[in-house]
Amino acid sequence: MVKEIERAGLPVVHVATVVPISQTVGANRIVPAVAIPYPLGDPKLVREEEKLLRRELVEKTLKALETNISEQTVFA
Amino acid sequence: MSQGKLKIIHYLNQFFGQIGGEEKANIAPLIKEGPVGPGGALNNGLAGLAEISKTMICGDSYFSENLAASRAEIKQMLTEEKPDLVLAGPAFNAGRYGIACGNVAEIATELGITVISGIYPENPGYDLFKQYAYFVETGDSAASMRQAIPNMIKLVKSYFEQGGKLGSPEEAGYLPRGVRKNLFVEKRGSLRAVEMLIKKLKGEQFETEYPMPVFDRVEPRPPVKDITKATVALVTSGGIVPKGNPDRIESSSASKYGKYSIAGLDDLSTAEYQTAHGGYDPVYANEDPDRVLPVDTLRELEKEGKIGKMHDHYYSTVGNGTAVAAARAYAREIADELVNDGVQAVILTST
Repeated sequence: MVKEIERAGLPVVHVATVVPISQTVGANRIVPAVAIPYPLGDPKLVREEEKLLRRELVEKTLKALETNISEQTVFA
Repeated sequence: MSQGKLKIIHYLNQFFGQIGGEEKANIAPLIKEGPVGPGGALNNGLAGLAEISKTMICGDSYFSENLAASRAEIKQMLTEEKPDLVLAGPAFNAGRYGIACGNVAEIATELGITVISGIYPENPGYDLFKQYAYFVETGDSAASMRQAIPNMIKLVKSYFEQGGKLGSPEEAGYLPRGVRKNLFVEKRGSLRAVEMLIKKLKGEQFETEYPMPVFDRVEPRPPVKDITKATVALVTSGGIVPKGNPDRIESSSASKYGKYSIAGLDDLSTAEYQTAHGGYDPVYANEDPDRVLPVDTLRELEKEGKIGKMHDHYYSTVGNGTAVAAARAYAREIADELVNDGVQAVILTST
């Protein structure tokens, strides 16, 4: 899906836990996620901390979307 | 082994290892004596020749989230057990399971142990690890177990009967491993090439000796110039849908996607949203759907002027054994709409 959307001309950032899968499917901008059942959260954290974690991840995706790349790049 | 039978270790995930479903996907590697689940049928088929002495079981999520630890433990188990062969799966089109089987194969190969497994060719585990195992081709779901097991048994038998050697993928019945082997042939290369060319020119069938790899890559798009002015859309394969799943998106092998309005919405509440995904433990996503689709955070960033706008709709499907062709088709439709709606960038989240 990532690849097809990018093919249509839009930069896509893929937030995924299993980075090798993301690379195999051809995502170009990849932000590693927390865990499979909660890519952008962590039930072990208290609410505020979890929101902060999510915010950091989303800000990372925005940075990735603003970054010029020439090949698959993992924004860890 | 007392009867001089060959010793096999079988690798399974938590589901086929009969520990449990997605709620048990977090279990660490463990060992059970003898065959378990599909191991029973494999063991019966190999009776008299080989025996599954132990079964290694690990949760799919545990494996991918604790890769180094899982690999170390499996390496230790295999080093202690010294099997004559490792069986893994079959994994069908289960992505995490396929990758776990592939990792097991890579470790076993390092220890000099051959691995026979079964997989659906679109499973990313095949492409990533094809050189480490002899993968029998299976269907995309466990419905094809009945064909997969006899095929695996056949391959194991030929492997042992031929003293640890297997013929070409076509002869022996496994998926190509991308491994080149030297062999002597009567005709020299130039002659074979010209013969192939003549066949090609005549429009006849010919078999290439070196298939060209198919690289389907898309060039990275230029970055967004100013994200604070851009409309950003959210798309997910994590199955987040309005409560009750109004479009009835299937929990696996999804045949559709949904488009849902989030205009003016500050947060995905547990009362109004849920996941339809059947391939991961849904507890956490149902507790707070923003853990998969970060509407709350993106809205916050929009209000602070860090992005221009969050697109009024999000798109969702279930990426769980979904055919690549289907996912491609959904994505094309979604992409067309996004472009027409003036979206400039996409955040796609996967579970």
